[in-house]
Amino acid sequence: MNTVTLTIKNQPGLFLEADSISPDTLAGKKTDEITSLPVYIGREEHRLGDFFEVSGNAGATAADTKIIVKGDLSRVKYIGMKMTAGEVVVNGNADMYVGAWMAGGRITVNGNVDAFAGTGMRGGEIIINGNAGNYLGSAYRGDWRGMSGGKITVKGDAGSDLGTFMNGGEIIVGGNVDVHVATHAEGGKIIIKGNAKSRLGGQMVEGEIYVFGDIDVMMPGFAYREDVELEVDGTKGLFALYEGDLGERHRKRKGQMIYGKLYQLIRP
Amino acid sequence: MTEYLIKNGFVFDPVLGIRGDVADVAMKDGKIVETNAVKNPKVIDATGRTVMAGGVDIHAHVAGPKVNIGRNFRPEDKLFNTRPGRGVERMQGGFSVPTTIRTGYNYARMGYTTVMEAAMPPLYARHTHEEMRDTPIIDQGAFPVFGNNWFVLEYLKNNEIENAAAYIAWLLRATKGYAIKVVNPGGTEAWGWGLNCENVHDPVPYFDITPAQIVKGLIEANEYLGLPHSMHIHANNLGNPGNYTTTLDTFKISEGIKPKGRFGRDQVMHHTHVQFHSYGGDSWGNMESRADSIMDYVNSHDNITIDMGQVTLDETTTMTADGPFEHHLTELNHLKWANSDVELETAAGVVPYLYSPNIKVCAIQWCIGLELALLAKDPMRVFITTDHPNAGPFIRYPRVIKWLMCQEAREQQLDAFKHKDKVIDATHIAGIDRELDLYEIAQMTRAGSAKALGLSDIYGGLAPGLMADVAVFDFNPNEPYVPDDIENAFSNAEHLFKAGVHVINNHEIASNGNKRTLWVDAKVNENPQVMRDVKEKFLRYYTVTLNNYEVSGHHYVPNPYVIEVDATQ
Repeated sequence: MNTVTLTIKNQPGLFLEADSISPDTLAGKKTDEITSLPVYIGREEHRLGDFFEVSGNAGATAADTKIIVKGDLSRVKYIGMKMTAGEVVVNGNADMYVGAWMAGGRITVNGNVDAFAGTGMRGGEIIINGNAGNYLGSAYRGDWRGMSGGKITVKGDAGSDLGTFMNGGEIIVGGNVDVHVATHAEGGKIIIKGNAKSRLGGQMVEGEIYVFGDIDVMMPGFAYREDVELEVDGTKGLFALYEGDLGERHRKRKGQMIYGKLYQLIRP
Repeated sequence: MTEYLIKNGFVFDPVLGIRGDVADVAMKDGKIVETNAVKNPKVIDATGRTVMAGGVDIHAHVAGPKVNIGRNFRPEDKLFNTRPGRGVERMQGGFSVPTTIRTGYNYARMGYTTVMEAAMPPLYARHTHEEMRDTPIIDQGAFPVFGNNWFVLEYLKNNEIENAAAYIAWLLRATKGYAIKVVNPGGTEAWGWGLNCENVHDPVPYFDITPAQIVKGLIEANEYLGLPHSMHIHANNLGNPGNYTTTLDTFKISEGIKPKGRFGRDQVMHHTHVQFHSYGGDSWGNMESRADSIMDYVNSHDNITIDMGQVTLDETTTMTADGPFEHHLTELNHLKWANSDVELETAAGVVPYLYSPNIKVCAIQWCIGLELALLAKDPMRVFITTDHPNAGPFIRYPRVIKWLMCQEAREQQLDAFKHKDKVIDATHIAGIDRELDLYEIAQMTRAGSAKALGLSDIYGGLAPGLMADVAVFDFNPNEPYVPDDIENAFSNAEHLFKAGVHVINNHEIASNGNKRTLWVDAKVNENPQVMRDVKEKFLRYYTVTLNNYEVSGHHYVPNPYVIEVDATQ
């Protein structure tokens, strides 16, 4: 695997839209070609090399390409957008839309990410070793096609509205989350190892939410069913199962009504 | 103004009866002229290319409040689909609900120069006109909706045709409207009571009038006034299996009524997006095409015109003043829904929809639309539309033309359907080998639609005296071609002239044109009763005053084209 290293040298005055930073775009390109890839500030087009020091050549394919991005990337959006293979390592904090619409490969962020990471994600893996912003693994504004596959792991906390319109894949949050979890979800799995606030599973049709810590306010549309013994991401324990959102339409499968499931850890 | 001469193209013009002969087209002062009338013209070499008049779209939803609801609640429609301004071209965005700017440009790129907005809620006429004003190049008019309007329901219940006509004349002037549009007559109003009108004899609650009475009364009022266009209807029971009987019942209301007026149209009813109204069966499981029954009727009755409403198998945004239908649709597909009730007048809904080739019903719908056009005996009375954006975005017209012209292209699509065999069993398309020619396409997209709109004296042909709306397509009908060549050529006009202005030059937008808004000023005898009713209803029920209702002044209609009608005798 070939490695391309991008080190930010000039901070953009506004925000840089850099969906070029993806193994799929870089594949088959030499250092100087990568330097001249387009990036945007609003409607102005610039070159990647105007903001980044580029070293190394990409592999022949996305799968053979690893990108290491270094420095303060808190004004750089769309890192790894739509990537299908290969690897991206971000050593710093990144702005919005990291790994949005990603279909394969792996992104590791050694820092925090802002909102909309993993928007509409279909496959692959995102590992965030810091905190994630709002709308992690959600749908784009207005869209009903949220995360449908792949896995997102956050070491720290996540913001509000994670997994909105989720219908597949898995999100694991090591810390706490803000309000609105799996709103409108029709599938997928969200594991919250810390505490949750409120509005978990609003208008949820199908899917699973696991909470290891406290839930400040439970949605009135969820009803307690039973206690179940489970092993969730390596943690064994007794969970209380709630089903909902009872105010929403639900499918039947083999004569059984399918509900969204919310499990809260009672004791390990 | 520059004179132009388009030389040596293959010309297709039903108005002059030219069927692909090599001919020249001359333009001067915004009009088509005899070729010897230009002295020092700029010459466009159209050798080996197709030349037609500018296209005329009789039915599309391209401006107004429900289109804007679609834009507002579908930001994802613009995702990765925007283009910054460049040269004279302004910033553009959107697919099924494009910005006004993109709407104008995309029509121009297809060689279209006139487009009718098919449903304008009178109360929001100001908004509709502001959007049309901001749509470059193309001439436009808008049809106010009348089929659920309280004034109309009350007058027609008592069979007061003269009063209904006076109200219509007043409203056309107040809203700068073009024609009488009827959407789910009575049904949208019934929805205010949680009901609908599912057939033409299903009474409207409170008003105690039937859809059949509304339709007949509006046809009579239309002919009393002698308006350029006929009554333009989206009938009851849209989109339901078995609804073709409702459509035939609606058609029959026009029987025995003849057109009046000086505009040269032959029909008294235009039934729009007939694809959505041609379903047999009694459930989604056994839904089948009844396009044959529908076209048997249309072919044998001269006083009806229709348009297709062709499903294009895209992700799109449905929107109609048939409020109950949109609610029904959101219950079916569980996607987001917006509704807009318009006081005494109408109620629209908006729901996104995915026409998937893997879903049997969508594939059957695709077949039905094409069958309507392929079974048409008179292409001057059957027009190409997608009911934009309901059955698909208008930018797919070139693809529809490809399907109509090439059986090979239709077979490719049939083969791509997941339930091909079931679809073929439920439709007639596999047994139809007709391939339309470019002359018939020109009838269905230009000459026929212009005539049905009562605009054959300005649009739809290349006869001297008509507006200089001319399109040149990079397509040689005498050379071998593959189906996609048709779609590519008609998606991307090489040259387009609008009123003699060279708006597309060598496939690039070269000018934003000088678009006009068409509206109809119908003069009627003074009618104190109707004017008293208008004042009273505004005082009692409307949330706005008359002064805030009427469309007036340069701001809304900066470049009007007024068609005057005298119905005072």
